[in-house]
Amino acid sequence: MSDRQYELVYILPPETTEQQAADQHEQIAGIVSRMNGTIEKTENWGRRKLAYEIGHFKEGVYVLEVINGSGELMKEVDRRLKVIDEVVRHLIVRVDEEKKVVERTRTKRQSESERRRVKRGLPPQRQPGEGRSMETDDIDDDRFEGMEA
Amino acid sequence: MPFGQGRSGGRGRGGDKKDKDKQQGQRRPMFRRRKVCKFCADKIDDINYKDVKLLGPFVPERGKILPRRISGTCAMHQRKLQTAIKRARQIALIPYVTD
Repeated sequence: MSDRQYELVYILPPETTEQQAADQHEQIAGIVSRMNGTIEKTENWGRRKLAYEIGHFKEGVYVLEVINGSGELMKEVDRRLKVIDEVVRHLIVRVDEEKKVVERTRTKRQSESERRRVKRGLPPQRQPGEGRSMETDDIDDDRFEGMEA
Repeated sequence: MPFGQGRSGGRGRGGDKKDKDKQQGQRRPMFRRRKVCKFCADKIDDINYKDVKLLGPFVPERGKILPRRISGTCAMHQRKLQTAIKRARQIALIPYVTD
C-alpha cells in the first residue's frame, strides 16, 4: 500500500549552517516518522550555484532525501515545505515505478545478450579484451555541428 | 525511396518526376554521418534529473532543449530527457533561459 518511494530535493539559503540544515532535516524526519514513513537516504550536496536567481539568492544548499511512504505523507511534506520560509525551493518526484522500469530493461538486456552469446557458442559473459573497445568518445563531440542558438 | 513506392497509386501528381530529380540533386552533396542516440549507444537506462553532467550537452547556451533532429536521440529517450530537463529546471540545476 504505502510502499511508494519519493525523492525530495530542497534548497536552503547559502548562509545556512550545518546545524540549521540538520534542524530542517529533523523537522522533515518528524513528519515522515509520524505518518509511518521511513527516510532511506539523505544526501547533502552542499553549496551550489543556482542556474537562475530565486528571489535574491544566487546560491543555495541542496539537500536530497529519499523517502518511503504514502502519497498522503508526501502531500503533508509538500504543504509544510511550502510554509517554511527557509526552504527556497523544493521538488518531490515519485521514483519507485521509474526504478522498476530501469531495473527491468537492464535485466532484459542482460539476459538477451547472454541468450544470444550462448547461441553463438560463446560463454554468457563478455570476456575481457573481446570485441571492439568502447571508443565512443569522439563520436559525441561533432554531433551538434548544425545547431543554432 | 521508401515513400515513392507507397504512393505509386497517386497518379495526380504531375510534378512527380521533377520532384524526384530535385530531391536527388539536393541529397547527394549533403552527406551527413548517421546520427545515433547517445542513450541507446551507451546503454544509459536511467535519465535522471540530478545528473547535470549527462543533461548538459542537450541544453545549449540559450537554455533550450536540443531538438531530436540535431542530437539524433531516439524518440523514447528524447521523451525521458525532456522530463529530466524540465525537472532539473524546477530546482535550478539548469536554466530556463539564458541570454
